[in-house]
Amino acid sequence: MRSLIDIAELSLQEIDSLIATANDIIDNPKKYADKCRGKKLATLFFEPSTRTRLSFEAAMYELGGNVLGFSEAQSSSAAKGESIADTAKTVSCYADIIAMRHPKEGAPLVASMNASIPVINAGDGGHNHPTQTLADLLTIKREKGSFDNLTVGLCGDLKFGRTVHSLINALRRYKNVKFVLISPTELRIPEYIRESLKKDNFEVVETTDLEAAMSDLDILYMTRVQRERFFNEEEYLRLKDSYILTTEKLANAKQDLSILHPLPRVNEISVAIDNDPRACYFKQVLNGKYMRMALILMLLGVE
Amino acid sequence: MTIDEIKNGIVIDHITAGLGMKIYSLLELDKLECSVALIKNTPSRKMGKKDIIKIDADIVLNTDILGYIDPDVTVNIIKNSKTVEKKRIALPEKLTNVITCKNPRCITTTEQELPQIFKLTDKENRIYRCLYCESKAK
Repeated sequence: MRSLIDIAELSLQEIDSLIATANDIIDNPKKYADKCRGKKLATLFFEPSTRTRLSFEAAMYELGGNVLGFSEAQSSSAAKGESIADTAKTVSCYADIIAMRHPKEGAPLVASMNASIPVINAGDGGHNHPTQTLADLLTIKREKGSFDNLTVGLCGDLKFGRTVHSLINALRRYKNVKFVLISPTELRIPEYIRESLKKDNFEVVETTDLEAAMSDLDILYMTRVQRERFFNEEEYLRLKDSYILTTEKLANAKQDLSILHPLPRVNEISVAIDNDPRACYFKQVLNGKYMRMALILMLLGVE
Repeated sequence: MTIDEIKNGIVIDHITAGLGMKIYSLLELDKLECSVALIKNTPSRKMGKKDIIKIDADIVLNTDILGYIDPDVTVNIIKNSKTVEKKRIALPEKLTNVITCKNPRCITTTEQELPQIFKLTDKENRIYRCLYCESKAK
């Protein structure tokens, strides 16, 4: 039995195989419509989410399976003080696979250590979000054809942005990937990631200037400054409008730039950019569903 | 300074001067019934000065704690007043309930019955990270 807590647990071959399955689902959806007939996915969301939860649910329904779960901690026994371990053991009696989101970092790992069914980390605090990364990887692969030799700009909240941390962890395994980290100084990448990239001799540029970095980028990964990660509202208000991508800022960008965003967007990408062919963030949403379908099949061992 | 020799027990030698008391309390040696001696700042040819702990009983030592606090110590096992074994302590790969995670967002802050587990992620710089949230041990 296998879970997915951190993107690094998947080998490059497994990621290739998930991408191949997702591409096959896109081309032949009917072939997959009954693959999970009789199986149940439990979505345990201790923190609000629209996209990820609905994406998991849509993925399971499109595989012919069923879904049960909750969408906030208040409607679960966590509100009564039940531990993650007990919740995981209980849900193992009802479902075949769990997708868990939790505001505390490491909660899905604790669940996987106690569940008797596979657990998928659907986001834990500011730590990891591996299925968003799978969506990002499929999008990059479909847009660029390869992961090698890319200059990847990550912009916004790099401190608490779990999607950023997971994406860096995934892309660092490919050849000649350069990272341009664009953020206000208060929201710089955590020291442990910087430390490990430097240790492995990656080319890393840290800057506060999005426009100056723009012309080098093959991928621009925008993120939202997340209100829920701040203990201090004033600090959030001060930083929330740090980076807003406008058509003017794209003036020097490459013609084949791909703009990604894990969404939800607040105001960090101007809606005028939505019609630019370089905007990939809604494709990314769709790709997320296909990769979650491929992952559910893999973890349930369905051929 | 003379401390009576021990018959059957353990001598933790080559403790970095100043760390003896920390090791003494983390190993909870105050709870032992037997004689325990903590010698501070004793002269050492190799180290200039060092701390030594002598325990007059054959107890099971938590070598993870020793390895984490001061991996260069030597543990001498004494039987019938003779040193029968000299053990070097390696940096432990994993620490369980030795230190606690300081990240307020870590699951261990709300689920306090969880064991506090840290893994050695960088041997060269002796960096440990929380198993759950990957925060660096402080």
